[in-house]
Amino acid sequence: MTKEMTSGGEALIKALADENVEIMFGYPGGAALHIYDAIYQQNRVQHILVRHEQAATHAADGYARATGRPGVCLVTSGPGATNAITGIATAYMDSIPLVVISGQVANHLIGTDAFQETDMMGISRPIVKHSFLVQKAEDIPVIVKKAFHIATTGRPGPVVIDVPKNLTDPNEKFEYKFPSDLYLRSFALYDKADTSDIEKAAKLLTEAERPVIYAGGGAINANAAAEVFKLGKLMGCPVTNTLMGLGVYPASDEQFIGMLGMHGTYEANMVMHEADLIMAVGARFDDRITNNPNKFGLQAKKIHIDSDPSSIDKIIDVDLAMTGNAKEVIAQINNQLEKMNFDSSKFQPWMQKALKWRKEHGLNHDMLNQESKSDIILPQQVIQSAYKATGGKAYVTSDVGQHQMFAAQYYHFNEPRKWINSGGLGTMGFGLPAAMGVKFAFPDETVACITGEGSIQMCIQELSTCGQYGLPIKIINLNNRALGMVKQWQDMQYGGRYSSISYEDSLPDFIKLAESYGHVGMKVEKLSELNDAMEECFSLKDKLVFLDVYVDPDEHVYPMLKAGGDMSEMYLSKTIKTFE
Amino acid sequence: MNHIALLLENQPGALSRVIGLFSQRGYNIDSLSVAPTQDETLSRLTMTIGEEGADINQILKQLYKLVDVVMVQNLSEVDSLAMELALIKLKKSKFDVQKILQDISLENEILDEKEDFTIFKVLGDTKVIEELLAILKKEEFLEVTRSGTLGVTRGSESLATNDQTKISYD
Repeated sequence: MTKEMTSGGEALIKALADENVEIMFGYPGGAALHIYDAIYQQNRVQHILVRHEQAATHAADGYARATGRPGVCLVTSGPGATNAITGIATAYMDSIPLVVISGQVANHLIGTDAFQETDMMGISRPIVKHSFLVQKAEDIPVIVKKAFHIATTGRPGPVVIDVPKNLTDPNEKFEYKFPSDLYLRSFALYDKADTSDIEKAAKLLTEAERPVIYAGGGAINANAAAEVFKLGKLMGCPVTNTLMGLGVYPASDEQFIGMLGMHGTYEANMVMHEADLIMAVGARFDDRITNNPNKFGLQAKKIHIDSDPSSIDKIIDVDLAMTGNAKEVIAQINNQLEKMNFDSSKFQPWMQKALKWRKEHGLNHDMLNQESKSDIILPQQVIQSAYKATGGKAYVTSDVGQHQMFAAQYYHFNEPRKWINSGGLGTMGFGLPAAMGVKFAFPDETVACITGEGSIQMCIQELSTCGQYGLPIKIINLNNRALGMVKQWQDMQYGGRYSSISYEDSLPDFIKLAESYGHVGMKVEKLSELNDAMEECFSLKDKLVFLDVYVDPDEHVYPMLKAGGDMSEMYLSKTIKTFE
Repeated sequence: MNHIALLLENQPGALSRVIGLFSQRGYNIDSLSVAPTQDETLSRLTMTIGEEGADINQILKQLYKLVDVVMVQNLSEVDSLAMELALIKLKKSKFDVQKILQDISLENEILDEKEDFTIFKVLGDTKVIEELLAILKKEEFLEVTRSGTLGVTRGSESLATNDQTKISYD
């Protein structure tokens, strides 16, 4: 075989192609120019030009969440790198595999406060799974290989590769060799659980009286949906998903009691509170779930399955911890339950109790169809209308705030990877660029971005990217003319003092704005027009449609857990609460 | 008091990941020492974490999760040795340094002495060094520098790396 000579820039792109990367999102600049020149001279990796580096990271993130494959982005040094930070932190908090390549000033300039120099290794350090500063051009293929391995295995996360400009110099060639093996010292991975732990888990599960399965984003990352579903069926007990886990257990299944936590359903939070066994699968007991951890699940024994040992006993001490791949471990438990011939009717009374709770105070999924005296649109009705128009089959991305919670509560996700939102970091501006990433991954699928007039303005510039690449995303803007979630908190906890939440007089005309980018804009203000507009929006297959829906500005998201309380202490409406 | 021994890849930025973890997660380090080992690809750290209520297991897990951290061990949980070196420069007074040093269970040596100062070293248990510093409290310190605690397990066991984990692809 003849030796293949490449520059560092060419080696970088070639190594990405050899890692089966088909698409990357980025924005060029001085320190990345050699790399961009290498991109120009090949056709294996497609580069998508966004309008802001934050959007590059979110688009790569959306791509990763929808496909399960790592997302890739490329930014330049200095402001390019710092603009990428929010997106890297977003991926880090939700354990999403990203490889972020940042240009850096030339080696000999590092530390001199050179033009567009910033210490990317330092700035990104607390929000990456790992990072590399390339020191020799010859190392690039191995570093790329390591970066993908680290980003995608165990608990996934973002990896940064910082590449000094001189190491991508097109005039300095070296022999390109893509490694077939990798050597990583003490890089521990956990897959299967010990047989004795599996037996213990099965014993705890079957000997319980009131078990609940609580599955999160880790179960999606591990592609464990089929196993979690089977476990649910073998057990016949209630199953709840976290905000990040929605879709890993089908929402339309009778045993599914909805999302739990801060804005979880009444029945899910009651089940968690009353359970005598909580089995957490790829979930990390975060503060939006547990409410006050000292009052969390006091009656329950706890089993925790997680790929990250440091998630175990971090917030809640558990009785049985299994560090491993959720797919493998749940499959092992399922086998054990089958071997035991466990009779799932045991939990029928408990399941019935959960359904009784649902009947009492569950979400009203029929608001759209009920007679309404007013023509004011409730935000929940918009989600129900979108669900109806898409047959529940769309990929739905969201931003952060009330619209995100309404989407999570009212769009029923029956499959994993269809609900794409920033759960951990809560990044406004995530929705639109994430939807672009999804659309590139699945051009034939319907992709909706459910957003609000606050969030959408944080990455609105991407309407231009959507125009350039012809991405017919459907933007459903729940326009309540205020920062709704902040307003809700100000209503509930700050005596209605609306500090810095309104901009009604200065909102753009979203219709004209969409049109100026070459898209379709539509506005709905009356409930009676909602369904038709929604149908039309989704019927325009080849167009990006910005559907600006004026919703009731006074609506709050309920249920809502009482601050510092236990999981049974909820506000259920503006007038009803479960506690004194 | 927990002494933690840690082997770290000798890579740029690796130490900052360890230090950063402590501030990021809100843990306090009482002392830290870092130096190369006989294996040039590795540095060895000893950290002392005295904080009450610190979840030491969580700290160990978070440390081990860092890709550059090759091995980590809580020396306080096993039979181990720990010691610290301090160099102390005192302003001369009526105070008899030699007398004090004779009475204290620290290996010691006066390194330099003139009319107006004394420099001496003490080597031994961190607590005893702190006791000595307390005794000397009234004296005028010109400088004190301490190595931080160093630790090693007793017996023939050593804090070793796993072999390089080979990850093969088809």
